[in-house]
Order: sequence, then structure tokens, then C-alpha cells
Amino acid sequence: MRPGDEAELAEIVRGANVPLVLRGGGTRGIGGAAAGEVLETGGLSGVRLYEPGALTLVVGAGTPLAEVEGLLAAEGQRLAFDPPDMRGLLGREGVSTIGGVVAVNASGSRRVQAGACRDSLIGVRFVDGTGTVVRNGGRVMKNVTGIDLVKLMAGSHGTLGVLTEVAFKVLPAPEAVATLSVAGLGDARAVEAMAAALGSPFDVTGAAHWPGRGTFVRVEGFATSVRYRAGELARVLGRFGPVEDVDGAVWPAVRDVVPFHGMPGDVWRLSVKPSDAPALVAKAGAAAVLYDWGGGLVWLRVTEGLDLRARLGAFQGHATRVRGAGAAPAFQPEPAAVAAISAGLRAKFDPRGVFNRGLMG
Amino acid sequence: MEMPAPDTAILARRDRIVARLSAVLPADAVISDPAETRAYECDALTAYRCLPLAVVLPRTTEEVAAVMRECHAEGVKVIPRGAGTSLAGGSLPTPDAVVIGVARMNAVIETDYANRFIHVQTGRTNLSVTGAVEAEGFFYAPDPSSQLACAIAGNIGMNSGGAHCLKYGVTTNNLLGVTIVTMTGEVLRIGGPFMDAPGLDLLGVICGSEGQLGVVTEAWLRILPKPEGARPVLMGFGSNEVAGACVADIIKGGLLPVAIEFMDRPCIEATEAFAKAGYPDCEALLIVEVEGSPAEIDEQLARIKEIALRHNPVAYREAETEDQAKRIWLGRKSAFGAMGQMGDYICLDGTIPVSELAFVLRRIGELTESYGLRVANVFHAGDGNMHPLIIFNANQPGQLEKAEALGADILKLCVEVGGCLTGEHGVGVEKRDLMSVQFSDTDMEAQLRVKDVFDPGWLLNPAKVFPLYVTASRRAA
Repeated sequence: MRPGDEAELAEIVRGANVPLVLRGGGTRGIGGAAAGEVLETGGLSGVRLYEPGALTLVVGAGTPLAEVEGLLAAEGQRLAFDPPDMRGLLGREGVSTIGGVVAVNASGSRRVQAGACRDSLIGVRFVDGTGTVVRNGGRVMKNVTGIDLVKLMAGSHGTLGVLTEVAFKVLPAPEAVATLSVAGLGDARAVEAMAAALGSPFDVTGAAHWPGRGTFVRVEGFATSVRYRAGELARVLGRFGPVEDVDGAVWPAVRDVVPFHGMPGDVWRLSVKPSDAPALVAKAGAAAVLYDWGGGLVWLRVTEGLDLRARLGAFQGHATRVRGAGAAPAFQPEPAAVAAISAGLRAKFDPRGVFNRGLMG
Repeated sequence: MEMPAPDTAILARRDRIVARLSAVLPADAVISDPAETRAYECDALTAYRCLPLAVVLPRTTEEVAAVMRECHAEGVKVIPRGAGTSLAGGSLPTPDAVVIGVARMNAVIETDYANRFIHVQTGRTNLSVTGAVEAEGFFYAPDPSSQLACAIAGNIGMNSGGAHCLKYGVTTNNLLGVTIVTMTGEVLRIGGPFMDAPGLDLLGVICGSEGQLGVVTEAWLRILPKPEGARPVLMGFGSNEVAGACVADIIKGGLLPVAIEFMDRPCIEATEAFAKAGYPDCEALLIVEVEGSPAEIDEQLARIKEIALRHNPVAYREAETEDQAKRIWLGRKSAFGAMGQMGDYICLDGTIPVSELAFVLRRIGELTESYGLRVANVFHAGDGNMHPLIIFNANQPGQLEKAEALGADILKLCVEVGGCLTGEHGVGVEKRDLMSVQFSDTDMEAQLRVKDVFDPGWLLNPAKVFPLYVTASRRAA
């Protein structure tokens, strides 16, 4: 099914007597396929409002991500959170939609400085499990009116409602970018180097460690400012090893986890306290690893079917299986009291369990 | 301000409830003598006052949990309170409720510069969070103007902002995790010193929930390295329209100043009379502040100047010294004090799309005239967060009501042009009855469901945020 507008969508949901599997472009959903009839959101597309002078964009949730990015680029702006393209990693085809980006709260390397997708999201419209249209947030970037369902919808993986419209605070795209690299650092030393860069006043917008390739730090902005900050950062990083100016091609590769494309095994992502990351990685015994967000995000490629959580034991943070299957749940299990609240919210927003049934627990 | 009739059964059991609270808390943590609870009868929305049943001042999460268990067992309502600086009446008591104040819970639990976070008890004041990390060159970004007094608990409750939100975001964008005690006394940890808690974004729902979901006792906050420096520039314009267009052009120009503050003529005149900052005589004034190294600041200001000059400013002053920078900020920072000199005032904080700035200011002027009152506007222009200050005389019968009616009209206007009722203060009791202007009953019903899950008995701060008619059946159940 592919509704052409919100009213038609609401009608479909009200009449649904089988579970529905929500699909934007089908490029980034994780956790395995829920059973049910596929509901595509691609028909809910189009730009509703774009005001560059107010840094505001409102679009239909089914609008292709590429279209959104093209529209912003034409005005010298962009989505601050740098949404990754997961097709290569997950072996998918298709056209990523902006609603899908929101549904999984997909954020790239710039998350460390500019926040996650949910931080840029300022408004939503969605159809809940009873077929009711709900509006929350709006088109202004400062808004504390009522309970924030905007954040709740971001990262809910289509288990609470079908997004029909999303509004963002957008930011200017930079005039210049510089990437510095230090070669040959061990993981622990690399995380220290990234912490030193991120703890400096030089406004780092990316900090990644690609074992074997190098440790990378990015600054963005006006040209003279970028030159200045890159120079200062070279000094900060200099005590970890020789610093090189390199081109920025590494960033989309890190963001989209290119080193794991076409490689065998399951893929997990850890969200951790950066300084804990190297010891956890050592414990994981992974075939390959990639650090982003200064070490706060760790991508691991491991043997198929491995229960990484069991291997790691208790740690501060969470582990999500992004690619692969197995007995362990894809999403990090929550403590009972928190899980009860999450389940309670799902039961309220989708009382019949129509949407992506069982996906998140 | 209509509040629900107090629960007479609770009032009748007052002594027993106080005894139960006293049994689980140290003696100095329970206040029930009206002479002492009077200090908690209101917050910064002083027009409304009410003595609570009792006030408790716990020192630990465990003590908060013990209080919640007792209150839950007795069916007593709970009003969470940070430092009592809410402008919206977020912690206004009711006679049948226990106020849980977190002011004594002000410890720093952990600071971690390598991982850039601080873990605090939420009674700690906003400014003292920065105080705890600034020696190492870090700061906590959200900076509400009450930051000297306001507590992190209240900042999380209201999702507080400040002058620097355009670049750094509001509380929710700087909050990594919380410890929250639910109404049944259960202690939950949501998130922590890492990014993006797993599962549904409960942290996002809790932040800004105005004490309706639980009592937040601890928080993990993101801290940022302090920029090398900052410098403001002041520009005066012949009309609000031109100043508004200049703001839009600065943003379109790819600049992201940390602050763009806007003052209109009534505000300029009032602050000039009060603080004598030497502001130019003009219709509208912008203070734009940028950050970075001296060279970076020069570059940004050069670009801003080029944009500003296209709009024929009547004044353009760059701060060349620390002293000049202080003078530029002096008037802006004295604005509220200046208003206090002119009379009593109500401070609104509706947000509008920046493109509607000139229209909204004109309409506010017309509305103000029709009410025969005075309004001065000072606000965060970069993000459209207005702060109309309605001046009135509280001693003159009917003036408060008149000022409130004008305030309601202004907020309706904000919603009409695509904005919202409140950008950073919260709804509280102040804007509760205007919620139906911004939200349909269906939209509000969706929000109530969240409270149903966290607080099924509707005991936590229950008569706030939503119009009473919307919550009546839930509160009665």
C-alpha cells in the first residue's frame, strides 16, 4: 500500500486488520523484518516550506533524502546531523526518505558537534495506531509548549506512528573544510588524541579512528578560520605523532561505514563513553572496527551469530546489532522498569499493535 | 487562575501524611509549619500563591524515592520544585500537595573532561555547573537569564534556553542522561555519559515535561570547551522591518552568531533611562555576538558589517575593548531591571518564525494601544524567541487581568503566524488555558498519554500545562 496523502494513510490505518510494516525507502531499517503488509510512505512527499533566512525546512516524510539535501545545498545550507547512507553496509537498494532517517534517528560523524537527527528535528505530524493524525512541535526552533513528542518519534523505528511530515532546523554549509590525520596510533592513544581535539576550543566537527588508516579530525567554517583552527589543532595533535593535512574523502567513508561494505559477518554499533571504547573493543575480538564520534560510536564487524552483549558483559552504554541475525535481540534490552514504560507508550500510541509489531520489544 | 478544588480527604489527613514523611526523612527535611512553608507558596510568577500541605527537602535520590512512595501510598499530589524561579508558575503549589524541593541536592558527582560531561545532582544551580568546570576551560551551554539562581532540575523540567541557543541549542540538546524517580518511588536511569540512549527517546520526553512525569534527581550534562573569546557589535536601525531583514540576511549569509538580541524603541528608551548604556536613539537595535580567536572574530564581524551596512544602520558600533563590550551588553542585561522600575510586568516568551518579526511587532504595538498598556520588546532574534514585557500596575484593580488579556492576545498572534506559546519558560499555569490555541484536543490527548504511562494516578503536578477541561476526567479518576 502506498497512500498519496495523510488522509488516505489515516483511512488505511483505521481499517487495517493485519499488522503493517512501515517503509520509507527500505534502506536503513534494522532489527529484521516484522511480519505484515508493507505500507510505503513515498507518496507523502514534497517540500511544504523552506525559509533559508529562518533556517527552517518542512517536508513530507516520504521525500527522498537526496532531494532534501539538494534543495538545501542550492541555498548553501545542510542538515547539520549529516545523515549516513546505510545501503552499502546493509546491502540494500532503494531511495532513502527523510522520514526513514528520522524514524531511526540516523546521525553521521557531525553528531559529535551538531547533535543527532533528533536535535535538528523541530516538528512532526504522524498518524498513530488508531488512525488519528497528531501534530507536535512546529516550525520554530525554540518551542517548549507541551510534552515533546517530536523527540519521541525520532528513533522510534516506526513503532508508535507513521510520520507524515517533519520539520528541521537547518544550518549553513561551511565555506571550507580541513581534515587532519595522525598515522599509526593504537586505539587507546587514538581516543586520547580525539579527546584532546574535541576538548580544545577549535570547534571540531568530526573525530574518527580507522585502524590501519589513521586518526582523523575535521574542522569546518570560513576559510581563514578553518586555516587558523587546523593550524592550532595540528599543535594539539602534534604530541601524538606527525600530523598530515588530508582530503575529506574519509568522512563519508566513516559515516557510511564503507570499510565493512561487502565484508562478511555481523555488524554491531556501540554507544559508549569514549575512554571505555578501546577496552571494550579488545574484549569484543572483532574482525574489524571503526571509531566515530571521538570514540563514542564504535562499529564492530564480528562473527555471524555472535552475541556481542554477552561477550562484553555490563558496560555504560548500549549495543545494537545493525546487520545480521541471531538469538540476541537487535536492540539493547532495557531494564524492566524502563521497558515497562516503553511498552506502555507503545500500547498507548498503537493499542492494536499495528505498526512494526515486535520490532523494538 | 482557576485551580481544581483541593482534595478535602487529603487535607483532613494532613497530620498523618506529615508524620509519614517525617518517618522516612531526617527531621530538618520536612517543613509543615505555615510560617515556614510560606517561602514555597509561589515561584517567580508571584501573582499566584498558595500554601502547600507540606514541603520536603531531601538530600538524596533514595530520600526522594521514599517521599514518593509515601505520597503514592497516601494518594497525595506532588509538586516538584527546583530553585523556584519559574516564570510560568511551574512549581505553584496546591493546598493538597507536597512540594519536593531539590535545592539541597547540589553535589557534583563526577566531572570527566576527556569524555566531556559532568554528572550532578539537579538542585545545583545552572551557573555553578559552569563554575565547576571553567577552571579546566569548559562550560555548560544553556544560559537562562536566571542562571545564577535557577536549578538544573528546573532547567530540565522546562527545557530552558537562554541567549546562546542559536549556536548551542537548549537544555534537551545538552542533556545526556537523568536519574528520575517515578510517582511510585521507582528510580530509573535514562541515558548516561554516552550519546543517544537506546530504545524510545524517553530522555527527550522527560526534558520539558514540567514535572509531570517524575522527579529528576541527577543529570549527566554535556560540557563544551570554552571558545577563545567573544565580541559583540551593536547596530541601530530606523525601523523594526529593516532590523528584521538584517537578521535574516546575517543568517542567510552563512554566519551563526552565538547571540542576536533585538530591542525595540520602548525597550531602548526604558533601558537608557535606567542603565545609561549610551545606546543610539533609534527604532530597533541589534546586539550580535560572535566567538572564536581574535582573527576569527574579525573575519565574522567584517562579514556582518558588510551585511548590516546594506541596511543603512543609523548606528554601528564594534566593541574594541572589554569595556566597550560590557557597555554594549549593559543595556540588554539591565532590560528586565529597567522594566521593574517602570512598574510590574509580565514577561512572555512566545516564539515566531523570524520572517514574521516586523509584522508581529507592528501587531503587538496595535494591540498594546487598544489595551492602553505599554509593552517593550527585547528578545532572541536569531531563533524568533520573543520576550514582550507588558508593563502594568498591580496595585490598580483590574490591571493584572488587563495585562494578562493582552498577553493572551500576543501569544495567540505568535501561534497564528506559525509560532508557539512558549520558547523557553514553559507552560506552567500561566499559559495552561492557551494550550488549545496551539493544539487541538487530539494533539493534547496524544501528550496526555505519555503522562498516563509515567503517572497513571495523575498525582504529579497535575493541574499544570494542559487546560483543566482536557485533564478533568483523568484527575478525577
